[in-house]
Amino acid sequence: MDRALFPEGVERCSFGKFALWMGFITAFFLFGLFAMLLIFYKGIVVTGLDNYFGFGLWITFDLAVIALGAGAFFTGFLKYILRIKQLENIINLTVIVGFICYSGAMLVLTMDIGQPIRAWFGYWHPNVHSMLTEVIFCITCYCLVLIIEYVPLILEQKQLNKIPFLHHLAHNMHVNMALFAGIGAFLSTFHQGSLGGMYGVLIGRPYAFREGFFIWPWTFFLFVLSAVGCGPIFTVLVCTFMEKLTGRKLVDFKTKALMGKIAGTMLTVYIFFKILDTWAWANNYLPSVGMTFDQMFYGVIYGKWLMFTEIILCGLVPAIMLITPSIRNNPTMLYTAGILDCIGVTLNRYLFTVQAIAIPVLPFDSWQTYAPNWAEWATSGMIVAYGFLVMSLSYRYLPVFPQERMLNK
Amino acid sequence: MKAKEFNIKWGMVIDLDKCTGCGACMTACQVENNIAPMVDASNKLRTLSWMLVYELSNKKAAPDAEIAYLPRPCMQCGNPACVPVCPVVATDKNEEGGIVSQIYPRCIGCRYCMAACPYHARYFNWEDPVFPKGMEKALSPNTSARPRGVVEKCNFCHTRLMKAKDKARQEGGNPEALADGAYMPACVEVCPTGAITFGDLKNPEHKVHELAKNENAFRLLEKLGLAPQVYYMSKREWVRKLGDNYAATGKAGAAKKHS
Repeated sequence: MDRALFPEGVERCSFGKFALWMGFITAFFLFGLFAMLLIFYKGIVVTGLDNYFGFGLWITFDLAVIALGAGAFFTGFLKYILRIKQLENIINLTVIVGFICYSGAMLVLTMDIGQPIRAWFGYWHPNVHSMLTEVIFCITCYCLVLIIEYVPLILEQKQLNKIPFLHHLAHNMHVNMALFAGIGAFLSTFHQGSLGGMYGVLIGRPYAFREGFFIWPWTFFLFVLSAVGCGPIFTVLVCTFMEKLTGRKLVDFKTKALMGKIAGTMLTVYIFFKILDTWAWANNYLPSVGMTFDQMFYGVIYGKWLMFTEIILCGLVPAIMLITPSIRNNPTMLYTAGILDCIGVTLNRYLFTVQAIAIPVLPFDSWQTYAPNWAEWATSGMIVAYGFLVMSLSYRYLPVFPQERMLNK
Repeated sequence: MKAKEFNIKWGMVIDLDKCTGCGACMTACQVENNIAPMVDASNKLRTLSWMLVYELSNKKAAPDAEIAYLPRPCMQCGNPACVPVCPVVATDKNEEGGIVSQIYPRCIGCRYCMAACPYHARYFNWEDPVFPKGMEKALSPNTSARPRGVVEKCNFCHTRLMKAKDKARQEGGNPEALADGAYMPACVEVCPTGAITFGDLKNPEHKVHELAKNENAFRLLEKLGLAPQVYYMSKREWVRKLGDNYAATGKAGAAKKHS
């Protein structure tokens, strides 16, 4: 019944099947919405956060999706600025994934702050010395850039595109897209870095504190590198997941392997510096404040296995897999490396967020543990469901994949 | 990292050998600052304790077992970890005296300052304050209650400083050169053993000036370089050693690289 809205020359499932799928996802969305309204009504007292763990699942989730959404700015930079033409096969998807990740992260932040009604203070009373101020400004501006990048894709919808004004508007926006890609690359690089800087400046938290270059702690640069080391491959994973769900080929493997190569190269650079940084931190910084590497870990929940999983299994291993052509060009190995890569970066964000504040810095204090409760999981799940809804609608009605017709002949 | 300096530096010296752990300072603080009792205070990681007394142990078996009590207000750091991170300038260290302020109507409750403070001196207001019936008659008229969703902390009973300055003006004195004892936070006033001494660390006429230089005086986590304005003192070495981390060297007095 909605066939007239489909992109030119492609097949989609029946409307009934689509409605059933959307209803299934909406159920998760509504459950999260209930939790969100409860949080706005009662405050974050309904979460599992406390005075020791002011940051928890939400901040980890935010940092992780922002890193995973980095495919948008980095692919945009490579496509529009460095003119790597092959990436046009996947650029639309990176924009949608980026938009979902950033808009979702902003929604989570409004829940996370104790006074959501004062959220605008971040723009009105900015503290120029705070890395968080930079994050607030850059995330908002970059989200606007992503909307500007997403709009022409919506305007290219078959029926909308028949309206001459919208057709020309979309065309002209495309013509100037290099400008927005450039702005996006600038903004995104800075806030990815500032998210790392947020932790690196914490002089009272030995797990996170780092010295650095000028006003930027080393974590600033490490967060930028790790984001561009996982963002492109995350888009590939999303694409492959969509292919499995829909049973249709959407992007050729050559493009996916190129994205893997890009991510792998950046991940290799990142992991090299990450290992150096960790070594210097453990052998130089920690002893200088009287602490030891062993003191940074506790039991199983905050054990060393987390750091080794992050750096070796989900860092070094996928980096080697992605830069080795024979491994990268095998689909199963490419996706395995991609999954490990994304887990590693998410784990890194978790450790900097939760482990860093779990460590008792006062010698007479003790370790505390944190577990998110249902309200935090439900609202995070709501963002994932929101992503599924946006992606499902985009896939069904917008010309996201330029190769789809050719690949499914 | 350089500590912010002022002509006046309000500070405390807490003699841990005199502290009995009675908790009067905690109670006085709650009363003075209108901290409402929580309906369910079973989760101690959610209670509001601007002043918190820790129990320290030398971890030895009897008869060598010893304990000490350590009252922990806000350290009012010279180089505070919490101030530069606040995205909305809701906390600052810009007033003569060096007290780290907290501006409740400005705070958005992001809790970044709490993540930054290694002393756990900052607290989040999880719920709106509700005072049990009758208790409103005993509230302090000087301190405003804070709404849900903002971070709050010890401010050395700042309204008492304002009052002491007003009094000095009325009596023709200099509000920027208060006499020793003219301004005193509630915890200092109430301490039954006189374990807490308060005053201007830079004024030679104030007792704290000398006490802070005592050979047994120390500050918490000195090596991190936060330069607290709260000092502790104890004649017991094991107590002094618990003021900082020495795991890397095994002995007190290791090099201070990051101050």
